[in-house]
Amino acid sequence: MNAPLRMTYREACRQAIRDALLADPRCFVMGEDVGKYGGCYAVTKGLLEEFGPERIVDTPLAENAFTGIGIGAALAGLRPIVEIMTCNFSLLALDQIMNNAATLPHMTGGQCAVPLVIRMATGGGRQLAAQHSHSLEGWYAHIPGLKVLAPGTVEDARFMLAAALADPNPVLIFEHIVLYNAEGELDPAVNAVDIEHARVRRAGGDLTLVTYGNGLPKCLAAAKALAKEGIAAEVIDLRVLRPLDMPTIVASVMRTRRVVIVDEGWKSGSLSAEIAARLAEDTLYELDAPVKRVCSREVPVPYAAHLEEAALPRVDDIVAAARSLLPVRQGA
Amino acid sequence: MTGKIHLDRAHLHHLWRQMLRIRRFEAKCVELYQAQKIRGFLHLYDGEEAVAVGVCSALDPARDAVVATYREHGHALAHGVPMAPLMAEMLGKLEGCCRGRGGSMHLFDVARRFFGGNAIVGGGLPLAAGIAMADRRLGRGAVTACFFGEGAVGEGVFHETMNLAELWQLPVLFVCENNLYAMGVPLEDSEVETEIWRKARAYRMPAERVDGMDPVQMEAAARRAVEHIRSGAGPFFLEARTYRFRAHSMFDTQAYRTRDEVEGWKPLDPVERLRAWMVANHQLTDDEAASIESGVAAEIAGAVAFAEAGTLEPVEELERFVLMNRVVQEPAAEAPR
Repeated sequence: MNAPLRMTYREACRQAIRDALLADPRCFVMGEDVGKYGGCYAVTKGLLEEFGPERIVDTPLAENAFTGIGIGAALAGLRPIVEIMTCNFSLLALDQIMNNAATLPHMTGGQCAVPLVIRMATGGGRQLAAQHSHSLEGWYAHIPGLKVLAPGTVEDARFMLAAALADPNPVLIFEHIVLYNAEGELDPAVNAVDIEHARVRRAGGDLTLVTYGNGLPKCLAAAKALAKEGIAAEVIDLRVLRPLDMPTIVASVMRTRRVVIVDEGWKSGSLSAEIAARLAEDTLYELDAPVKRVCSREVPVPYAAHLEEAALPRVDDIVAAARSLLPVRQGA
Repeated sequence: MTGKIHLDRAHLHHLWRQMLRIRRFEAKCVELYQAQKIRGFLHLYDGEEAVAVGVCSALDPARDAVVATYREHGHALAHGVPMAPLMAEMLGKLEGCCRGRGGSMHLFDVARRFFGGNAIVGGGLPLAAGIAMADRRLGRGAVTACFFGEGAVGEGVFHETMNLAELWQLPVLFVCENNLYAMGVPLEDSEVETEIWRKARAYRMPAERVDGMDPVQMEAAARRAVEHIRSGAGPFFLEARTYRFRAHSMFDTQAYRTRDEVEGWKPLDPVERLRAWMVANHQLTDDEAASIESGVAAEIAGAVAFAEAGTLEPVEELERFVLMNRVVQEPAAEAPR
């Protein structure tokens, strides 16, 4: 048997892109600084040298145009991987993503699919301040016609891209900036993942923590801390933010009857709000406690380390939210 | 296909018939709008027909692609989309080119490489550049003609796409239909440089200004441009000076222009002017004109009958095609793994 392979999330993303380029001559990468610079977060380092400028295409700072060009190229037979440096910049391409990529298949009565992948960095935690630190994946998860992925593990970073490229629909992949340096192990027996289901990353019977992306390591740390107090938390990694895999969430909540949703987006009108609403619609009478949420504070994420830390979901906040759902122990 | 235009009798008749099809099709649409069978926005091309007909006559409908705007009835007809499914689309019927989901502003026929029908001003430009990029990469030898109004040049995406198309030498024919008003805002009130073709030159793109009221000049210019693009020399830009005789849409009271101004353009009406020229030069007899008119009338009557007889998409299918199961526009052999 092969030993488990250890690598960073960044390296997993890079290998996934390299595999895609080797597997399909129609596939190419396009974006700002993906070539000579090697990617703002160094994900595409070395690929220009290996595949040349036709397959690794540096663009000017023109998000709306190069995203639209990716859509046109996908319509006409190529398989573009568009990289948008951070999701904050994707707002400059929102017209093309929403009005074309997400809309054309339905609006044309099914005459075309848009087999396009857009990768972007998301999230805070590296003191990049308010214009480089937000989590906008929840917004995109609002839009019919898109699939939205959030790899939270090295395995998903390594294998979600192939599944996204095989999908005929526009797929947005949100890679969390804090995770790029995270290391993990790849099971040599695994060479593919689905992009349909949430996964239980840790089993437990007392309550359910629902999260994704960089919320995953935080929830796993919180679950560890809770275990020391005798509280068994189940951790669900959503992986796919649209369409949501509610059956996996509901199955867990039916067992634990308590749930905390951890989402780096803001609370108002968010993905966490959507999950909470669906749980209220379908499982309200199965719950033994109100749904709790741990989200980013409703501010633009600030630069100063202590303020940024306070603005983003913290492990302690998750632990406290979980604790608050359980009955106070007798005789304590 | 050569860069030269062959102005024989048959070709002149072709140009006139194509413009007439658009003119009469839209006149019928107005009638159906007033009868409340067509609803929503209806943007008419009345007066601008020479642009689409001239340019599309220079294209190869079997391989070239067209990207147009929300004022695209004329481009769809000129590119060879059959009239019956267009009319059915106007009436919101299942038999429409988009199953009645798009309506007037979103006519698409992807199999014929007619890519809309784009109602976000400027939104079609990068789409055209992307289609052109794929065509070149896949060796199709195709040109993508991208139509847009002069209002689009105010959008950032116009400038982004001009730069990229020239930088990457993409096979795109950009056709700016300059009808002098962006809805109701006159060009000189919104742009410093009102000679639009100069904006393309600023991106080092070959660019010309053409009389958009004359289908022959339009086609001649488009043929030169297409020859340039097909030779691999990169994109080309045509600014067609034209004029819309009718309101921007059915809700427009035209407070921004005088009746005299509109009347002043009427002698340049491309349909009437070409007819008069052909008659004066013995290229069109009364019988031929009547025969073409009746042929167009019969085609429209057939399209209306087809549309009226059409059905409504079952509401149960409302969510169909939000997500696709496969890349339908590609032949099975090219389908993804």
